[in-house]
Amino acid sequence: MSVRVENLTVSYLRHPAVHHASGSFAEAEATAIFGPNGAGKSTLLKTMIGALKPDSGHVNLGPFKRKDIAYLPQQSEIDRTLPVSVHDLVATGLWHQTGVFGKVGRKQRAKIQEALQAVGLVDFAERPISALSTGQFQRVLFARILLQDAPLILLDEPFNAVDAKTTYDLLELVRRWRDEGRTVIAVLHDYEQVRAYFPYTLLLAREIVAWGKTELVLTDLNLRRAAETAAHWHERAPVCRVDEEAV
Amino acid sequence: MTHLYDLLISPFIEFAFMRRALAGCLALALGSGPVGLFLVMRRMSLMGDAMSHAVLPGAAVGFMVAGLSLPAMSLGGFVAGVLVALLAGLATRFTTVKEDASFAAFYLLSLAVGVLLVSRNGSNVDLIHILFGSVLAVDDAALLLVSGVASFSLVVLAIIYRPLVLESLDPVFLRAVGGKGGIWHLAFLMLVVLNLVAGFQALGTLMAVGLMMLPAITARLWVPSIGRMLAFSVGLAFVCGIGGLLLSYHFELPSGPAIILLAGLFYLLSLFVAPLGGALPRYIRARHLES
Repeated sequence: MSVRVENLTVSYLRHPAVHHASGSFAEAEATAIFGPNGAGKSTLLKTMIGALKPDSGHVNLGPFKRKDIAYLPQQSEIDRTLPVSVHDLVATGLWHQTGVFGKVGRKQRAKIQEALQAVGLVDFAERPISALSTGQFQRVLFARILLQDAPLILLDEPFNAVDAKTTYDLLELVRRWRDEGRTVIAVLHDYEQVRAYFPYTLLLAREIVAWGKTELVLTDLNLRRAAETAAHWHERAPVCRVDEEAV
Repeated sequence: MTHLYDLLISPFIEFAFMRRALAGCLALALGSGPVGLFLVMRRMSLMGDAMSHAVLPGAAVGFMVAGLSLPAMSLGGFVAGVLVALLAGLATRFTTVKEDASFAAFYLLSLAVGVLLVSRNGSNVDLIHILFGSVLAVDDAALLLVSGVASFSLVVLAIIYRPLVLESLDPVFLRAVGGKGGIWHLAFLMLVVLNLVAGFQALGTLMAVGLMMLPAITARLWVPSIGRMLAFSVGLAFVCGIGGLLLSYHFELPSGPAIILLAGLFYLLSLFVAPLGGALPRYIRARHLES
């Protein structure tokens, strides 16, 4: 029992971004989702949190419920011009405790401080989020995930445009989460990061190219196949008949 | 001293209509200020304008049914405004049309219906009254409406504050933790319509938007946090209300434009001198800190 995708197809304007994908994520392990741009990696994560509806098939969260997921969106989805402090943004990680009305009391404040400490931003609590660099902001988002204390953690391109030191610090957090028995699924673009920190990999190029132990998945042959699949997407593709044939 | 008293205080002591207008301005400031601030933060600054046009046909229908009756025109305006908000919201949700485009389309439709109704069934004088209103002619019923709407707005905003901010800040996260962004958004749009309808007897549909937006936009130039911006925009709206009333009393100007022009003047001034976002402080830099 773990998180499984079952014959999952998700499309934009009838063009599938994820196409008849099936498989399961290793539980209490770290899995990287790897693949070319437009391969459906973010789409898969968004379907898992319920923000996108599949055309067919579904995501089975297994032992987890929706509220067991901590999700790190791509930075471009957050409006950083809003006058919100680092402290308040991290505090949104307590949503399941506080809800719409709940109070953020002394105990919660201590936890927020602890999370900021863990990402090395303890002096930044009262800064506005608009004054942070990309790397600092990513640390803030990781602090929020720490606060969510979730057993299933989904990260969408967490290290884009983030410097080496920050990437290293945050990857160490990923290792810590793994050691704590959490399931981590991250969309990544860097082989070395995947090899060093993610024992499992899903190689996605709209369809699943390979899925399993990282050293068996990230082979030259598989990567070439992923690149080729990516190069063969058509504007006037015919209607897919896979589901009918299966019946 | 007596001169200052004559200038600032005695108009309100001597005349009941000035006191009523003052109370109306306070209520409008309390309701419209915060709503305007959320419009600015959600990058919907022009939405208030769109909605103010959208309420026109409803007000016109109210006028046709019941004459120059405030309850009928307000109710009509509210229904028309909410209808446009709902239709635009639905169109955004179920088609690929973006929200701003969708609102533009529906408010224009609504405006055209409104102008058609007014020109067939009313005189120009009525149209001008709907568009420009008069805060000096506010009666008890209008005052009740304005203060009722302000109270209701503040309570609703207090309730939806957290999800509304989170929905502007990080909508995908809100969805991921199971929050329904759409409901809060819709509740907020209703508040926008309500406040425009409330402002419309006092200031007219067009001027009501001014009191909603100008103080809110100015607030962002002066103070850094949402809480302080809320206080700032309410305070500024009220100050402009008082100032505008006094200007209109002493110089015999129409009150609505006087209030909005004062707010506009403050905005123009802030563009230069406001410490946080103004032009001058960005050039004349204070010496930087050590770290």
